[in-house]
Amino acid sequence: MDKLNRFASVLALSAFFMSPTSFAAGGGAALEPAKIDPDNINSLQRGAANFMNYCSGCHSAEYVRFNTIGKDLELSEEMLVDNLMFNAEKTFETIQSAMPAEQAAVWYGKAPPDLSLMARAKGADYVYNFLKGFYIEEGSPTGVNNLVLAGTSMPHVLWELQGYQKAIFDHHENADGSVTTTFKEWEQLSEGELDTKDYDEFVRDTVNFLAYIAEPMRSDRRKLGVWVLMYLLFFLIIARMLKKQIWKDVK
Amino acid sequence: MARIEAEVGTPKGGFMKWIDDRFPFTSTMKYHVTEYYASKNFNFWYVFGVLAFVVLFIQLFTGIFLTMNYKPDAAQAFASVEYIMRDVEWGWLIRYMHSTGASFFFIVVYLHMFRAMLYGSYKKPRELIWIIGMLIFLVLMAEAFAGYLLPWGQMSYWGAQVIISLFGAIPVVGDALVEIIRGDYSISDITLNRFFALHVIALPLALIGLVFVHIVALHEVGSNNPDGIEIKENKDAKGVPLDGIAFHPYHTSKDLVAIIIFLMIFSAVVFFAPEMGGYFLEHANFEPANLTATPEHIAPVWYFTPFYAILRAVPDKLWGFILFGLSVLLPMFLPWLDKSRVKSIRYRGPIYKSALTIFVISFLTLGWLGVQPAEGIYVRMAQFFGVLYFAFFLLMPYYTSIDKTKPVPERVVYNG
Repeated sequence: MDKLNRFASVLALSAFFMSPTSFAAGGGAALEPAKIDPDNINSLQRGAANFMNYCSGCHSAEYVRFNTIGKDLELSEEMLVDNLMFNAEKTFETIQSAMPAEQAAVWYGKAPPDLSLMARAKGADYVYNFLKGFYIEEGSPTGVNNLVLAGTSMPHVLWELQGYQKAIFDHHENADGSVTTTFKEWEQLSEGELDTKDYDEFVRDTVNFLAYIAEPMRSDRRKLGVWVLMYLLFFLIIARMLKKQIWKDVK
Repeated sequence: MARIEAEVGTPKGGFMKWIDDRFPFTSTMKYHVTEYYASKNFNFWYVFGVLAFVVLFIQLFTGIFLTMNYKPDAAQAFASVEYIMRDVEWGWLIRYMHSTGASFFFIVVYLHMFRAMLYGSYKKPRELIWIIGMLIFLVLMAEAFAGYLLPWGQMSYWGAQVIISLFGAIPVVGDALVEIIRGDYSISDITLNRFFALHVIALPLALIGLVFVHIVALHEVGSNNPDGIEIKENKDAKGVPLDGIAFHPYHTSKDLVAIIIFLMIFSAVVFFAPEMGGYFLEHANFEPANLTATPEHIAPVWYFTPFYAILRAVPDKLWGFILFGLSVLLPMFLPWLDKSRVKSIRYRGPIYKSALTIFVISFLTLGWLGVQPAEGIYVRMAQFFGVLYFAFFLLMPYYTSIDKTKPVPERVVYNG
């Protein structure tokens, strides 16, 4: 009984600590998993290029240094300078937006947020769905709205790649007369340069890069962690033998 | 060889004599380490005291290095934490150890407290050890709360906003008290500075002092054991308890195994899941504090949630605060609420066993409810389990006095 009690309490505690919390998503619609691969260097390199070409015009990543990206993504200094550093002189500089924040706030109603930690604050799935979730809406200042973040002040920057889409909603009348609106499906209005599959890949690479800059030491810590655990396991075996030796006379 | 014998032999001379004539080194080591006798039948639940000590050390050690690079300035705090994470050599490791350590401190302390409830360790003659322990718990809560503001993220800011404003519910002095805590009319740079001072100096100092007193009191009375038997009542001719074995090398060698297993679990979190699914590092805290945007869902860190759920379960602000405070303070009175003649759960009757089980379920459920939105069924559940939580303490004098206990053996049960 005592053993069972102990087992049950340990189990209950571990269940309590292990259960995952869900991100509080704005739109209410279920998020499609981003399926990023943080160990895929090629995807991260493409994501870095996407980020510098399409995001860094308006968004900074003020905690991220170019030389860190170079080291982690296996890019030479020359490649960094030629392909990524559009408005930076030295590789130790951080990613600054080309747009002054004060003016941006006037133009868009809100300065574009820094993206260093966006994937960590919102989750990769959220950013993935956000970048795929722009749809035409008449009367909106930017001409679009977003399924994940309704009323976003961000325009559909990637329209040339994705094309424009329309969101089809289901309107369901409840018993009490109120109406629940749920997202049903997309309707493609105009073709972009990329087909749906390629656009998904484009967004996936970009989100992968965003997740990387949110925690650049991720792969370092995981690699080191294996060694630490192996060392502790070895130490545990010795400590266990020592304990047995010392306790052998305790009756 | 000759030299080693000379050192351990009783008539000492030389260096150790020189020290002992001026400082009670050898006698202190004997009293607290090599000749401190604790029961040989300690089980799993008896490792958490030592582990709490290990976590305290981890927090102090990593805290010193964080302080070297952290800036307690509302304009720089968030960026300085990211600087530690990205640019300081091994900064990410030190920071993850500290943030993980905070949560593990509470895991270990909660299990340590639960041990006392399982085996009646708070009962006479250990009431004072328990009270000092409860004071440690209160200081630890304050320490964790102050520390959580320092990264200056959204959850740091708004969590602190919610908790500090609770004191405003106190009649007459409430508003003044809130201003004293914040040092300002809202949470600001001034609040951050004073929380930093509390977090790195005042509260750790209090913590270390209380831990010292906790151990001194423990060594005066002697450790309890899973049978709840006073081992000092059965001594041999030399005055050594028959069921006791020396803290060193016996308990230390056993504790070393526990410490390594603990460090393995701790490292698994630090290296493979430092956010722990948003429980140890909340997602919203990766956004800098924004005074104009309230997060959708403000939840305190997991270790405060059982009490937070009780707070939110009460519709009235003042009563919510009172019951919140009571839920934290009530365990302090356990030594006098518990009327049972036996200490250990092993010899208690079915009533206490059921009561303790209900209490654990209530506490865990309240913890879970504390991170859910305060609406509908969740509030109703929090009220239900809140009542059970209080009933465990308030009805204790009654149900422990009518419970059928089993006879306690003379000597501790030990099966090798």
